[in-house]
Amino acid sequence: MLAVMSLLVFAGVYAVGNPMDILVNPQSDQREMARAAAALGLDRPLLEQYFIFLRHAAAGDLGKSFAFNVPAIGLILERMPATLELATAAMLIAVILGIPLGLWAGLKPGSAAGKSIMAGSILGFSLPTFWVGLMLIMVFSVTLGWLPSAGRGPTANLLGIPVSFLSLEGWRHLILPAANLALFNLALVIRLARAGTREAMLQDYVRFARAKGLTETRIVGVHVLKNVLVPIVTVVGVEFGSVIAFAVVTESIFAWPGMGKLLIDSINVLDRPVIVGYLCIVVTLFVAINFVVDLAYSWLDPRVRLGETGS
Amino acid sequence: MTARKPLARAAADFAAGRIALAGFVLLALLLLAALFAPWISPQNPYDLAQLDLLDSRLAPGARSAAGGIYWLGTDDQGRDMLSAILYGLRTSVAVGLVSTLCGLAIGVSLGLAAAWFGGWLDALVMRLADLQLSFPSILIALVLLAVLGQGIDKIILALVAVQWAYYARTARATALVERRKDYIEAATSLALSHARILLRHLLPNCLPPLIVLATVQVAAAITLEATLSFLGLGLPITEPSLGLLISNGFNYLLSGHYWISFFPGIALLAAVVSINLVADRLRDVLNPQLRQ
Repeated sequence: MLAVMSLLVFAGVYAVGNPMDILVNPQSDQREMARAAAALGLDRPLLEQYFIFLRHAAAGDLGKSFAFNVPAIGLILERMPATLELATAAMLIAVILGIPLGLWAGLKPGSAAGKSIMAGSILGFSLPTFWVGLMLIMVFSVTLGWLPSAGRGPTANLLGIPVSFLSLEGWRHLILPAANLALFNLALVIRLARAGTREAMLQDYVRFARAKGLTETRIVGVHVLKNVLVPIVTVVGVEFGSVIAFAVVTESIFAWPGMGKLLIDSINVLDRPVIVGYLCIVVTLFVAINFVVDLAYSWLDPRVRLGETGS
Repeated sequence: MTARKPLARAAADFAAGRIALAGFVLLALLLLAALFAPWISPQNPYDLAQLDLLDSRLAPGARSAAGGIYWLGTDDQGRDMLSAILYGLRTSVAVGLVSTLCGLAIGVSLGLAAAWFGGWLDALVMRLADLQLSFPSILIALVLLAVLGQGIDKIILALVAVQWAYYARTARATALVERRKDYIEAATSLALSHARILLRHLLPNCLPPLIVLATVQVAAAITLEATLSFLGLGLPITEPSLGLLISNGFNYLLSGHYWISFFPGIALLAAVVSINLVADRLRDVLNPQLRQ
């Protein structure tokens, strides 16, 4: 009772003490960061500046989580591996399934298979992700009883990070949420791969490769694929950030113990330090992702290195 | 070019696509159902006097204690799902439309002004839009709602905040192309006022891509609102949208009462798919380059 009262008072004081300042200050730094990331790629001083801000925030400004009474940053970082694992699994599903399907649809746009792949991708865009999650639970957990509907399952330590993809039980827990989260990006990758393939097949270098007598497999697998990959790498990189953001929804449905679920729980109990901490960390991730994408982009497409910077 | 009126021509072009026409019919039906929900639904799902707890969680097609049939089953409170879905659709569509129109008005005004006046205004608006678009919409909406709290006005505000940048960018890009054309020069040399040129000459010619974008965005707004409501951050329980109905059904999913979540989801899907089909066709119809 006393604990609840002190919690309420503490929260009240916090709220009276102009929470807008707390929410807006770090946000304006994020904005600065996002702008720099978008406009300039990244430059070092700002990044360092940001890390100084983060360290400062972790040391003093953020304080402890109201609900858990431990430093907010630690609480979030503890859950980050779960979210990253889920997001990575989702992205891998999207890319590994999406590129072949998109290539196929692009090579044979008129065929029944090509058409149904495209219809499926349109459906993937339209289906509300959270509802698909529920339906997955309904079919695979309730009706068929094949897969667990909630939680992460046992984790094993890999270099000190708890991961669940090393055990069969972990996989069984991972597959439904990852498939759910992958859905939108799967549709996106299929579209990109299809458009890229159709464009590439008309280019001179493909005609030249054919004239040279290369096999169709080599033409598609090497020459076409390489050119199709450029836009996909960019989009996948940029989308990785939104996958992490959308993991909020998937984690809530499947009770996946990641940062997203923590965020929703924190919003529900107005645990401000955790909310602010989550934002800081996600924005840092975004900046890092943009940086990596820029690097990957210039590595894949030499034209970017020479001319103006690609945006 | 035929001499037919542009609107009639656009309508005829539109109707030529059969899938799009089906989408349009479906959309029209859903809109009518949403509009007339209080008159066509079997019960008022939020009038407690009409609910019977004995009828709770009945399967689709079951008979009620009073003799009627619950075509889509009932929820935990004995509420007819069909009626709840019709009312929910009403809320969802209203939120989607209002937020899109507000976002459109704000975004287009800023975009046109940025393109026309240029300079610092342009830089400011576009930087803001860049900033906005570098974050996923769900994240921005979540943060806004975490700060603002619940309520239908707040969710509309959040949806406007995530949408305006798309319109601003598109309006600016189109206006920058249009303003170099002769008719704008003609209007300028007639010494018409800025407001008149912007609204009467520039705006109508920038509309086609904006209409397509806004149509797609209505679907996106409805989905986003449903997602936020599902997470418990959107609409309050007194104004349930489809997302809240689905979220309510989630509690009973594991015990096999699938219909409480399933049918509202189907309604949501139907609305989103039909809007997207219509938007897809509009894009083709309104793009003169494809009409050769």
